[in-house]
Amino acid sequence: MSKNWPLWEVFIRAKNGLSHRHAGSVHAADAKMALEAARDTYTRRMEGVSLWVVPSAAIIASDPGDAAELFEPAADKVYRHPTFYSIPENIKNI
Amino acid sequence: MYTTELKDKNQKPQVAAVVEDPERLAAFEARVAADDFIEPKDWMPEAYRKTLVRQISQHAHSEIVGMLPEGNWITRAPSLRRKAVLLAKVQDEGGHGLYLYAAAETLGTSREEMIEALHSGRAKYSTIFNYPTLTWADIGAIGWLVDGAAIMNQVPLQRTSYGPYARAMVRVCKEESFHQRQGYEIMMALAGGTDAQKRMAQDALNRWWWPSIMMFGPPDENSPNTAQSIRWRIKRETNDELRQKFIDVTVPQAEAIGLTIPDADLKWNDARGSYDYGAIDWEEFYAVVRGEGPVAKERMQARVKAWEDGAWVRDAATAHAAKHEAREAAE
Ligand SMILES: [Fe+2]
Ligand SMILES: [Fe+2]
Ligand SMILES: [Fe+2]
Repeated sequence: MSKNWPLWEVFIRAKNGLSHRHAGSVHAADAKMALEAARDTYTRRMEGVSLWVVPSAAIIASDPGDAAELFEPAADKVYRHPTFYSIPENIKNI
Repeated sequence: MYTTELKDKNQKPQVAAVVEDPERLAAFEARVAADDFIEPKDWMPEAYRKTLVRQISQHAHSEIVGMLPEGNWITRAPSLRRKAVLLAKVQDEGGHGLYLYAAAETLGTSREEMIEALHSGRAKYSTIFNYPTLTWADIGAIGWLVDGAAIMNQVPLQRTSYGPYARAMVRVCKEESFHQRQGYEIMMALAGGTDAQKRMAQDALNRWWWPSIMMFGPPDENSPNTAQSIRWRIKRETNDELRQKFIDVTVPQAEAIGLTIPDADLKWNDARGSYDYGAIDWEEFYAVVRGEGPVAKERMQARVKAWEDGAWVRDAATAHAAKHEAREAAE
């Protein structure tokens, strides 16, 4: 009889022009109820203009143990940043 | 450029067949006029959607095809530093293409349709990428001028009215900032080098200047859809306005490193507070739009070959995913 309701991740768009941002999660029996629960839980003070709910189980997350391998290689690629290039002061708009 | 309708001059403009509900249309127009953003699930007129699909996919194609002229020099970059930098830049352009394809997909077109349109020659991309990169100095000229023009064009697009496009542009502009600097740095090094190097830099500027200022598209009087695009805030400045801005900031940059802009009519106009410039050869521009650019065929051949050569990798990935799905289902 009692089946645990699945978990849903809630994303809110604060206003048009901005992307949806993760706000938290809710438990709900189906997608429609998840939206309703998200609305009641996370947007009681005009937090947004649009909601997304995504089954938490559908999110594939990277393993924290892999973080170094995944993200550290970017650390020594300083040439991806504009400050790496020295352009004399007198040269403008570049 | 990216906000320019790249069509053959003789091609008829498409007439919107759909008659929109006047009330919805009025509400839409009011929102856009108030600088509100339109998001994928919002109602929008068909012509707005069509214009965006065309513009965003052309922009995406330009980023992807734009990898080819520079990719051509990765193995021949003069130092390991220059090679790493060029590789990083080309990699960024690939990413720009992907952000933009994804933004276009929110309008109900598929990646496959867009790629098919590019490969079959139906879709256009920026005319600039149909010119050859003959020397290392061309890589400097591209970063400085072509990315410089792209930035000029893309900065106002961060406030374009369609949310996903605007957000893609924010990301692109942030990444774009090193592209122009690395190009100018190459030009600076060559311009300060031996006589031969200096000549090489000047020659690259001579060949890339006019195509670069053509990137902004036809003059405003020959750009019939600009007014509508500006009204819908898809476009925020006209072709000629952006072109003038670009010329005004670029001329002093050339002078500072002792290079000469190849335009005998270029002259500072005190009254206007801008440079006057010579007549642009629009016949050349329209010829390149029609597909007659010097290396247009090579570009498309390289694109299609890359796609076809990659087919086995896509097939293998699909087969691998299917195998795992079957295995999991069996468990
Ligand atoms: Fe780009
Ligand atoms: Fe671009
Ligand atoms: Fe770029």
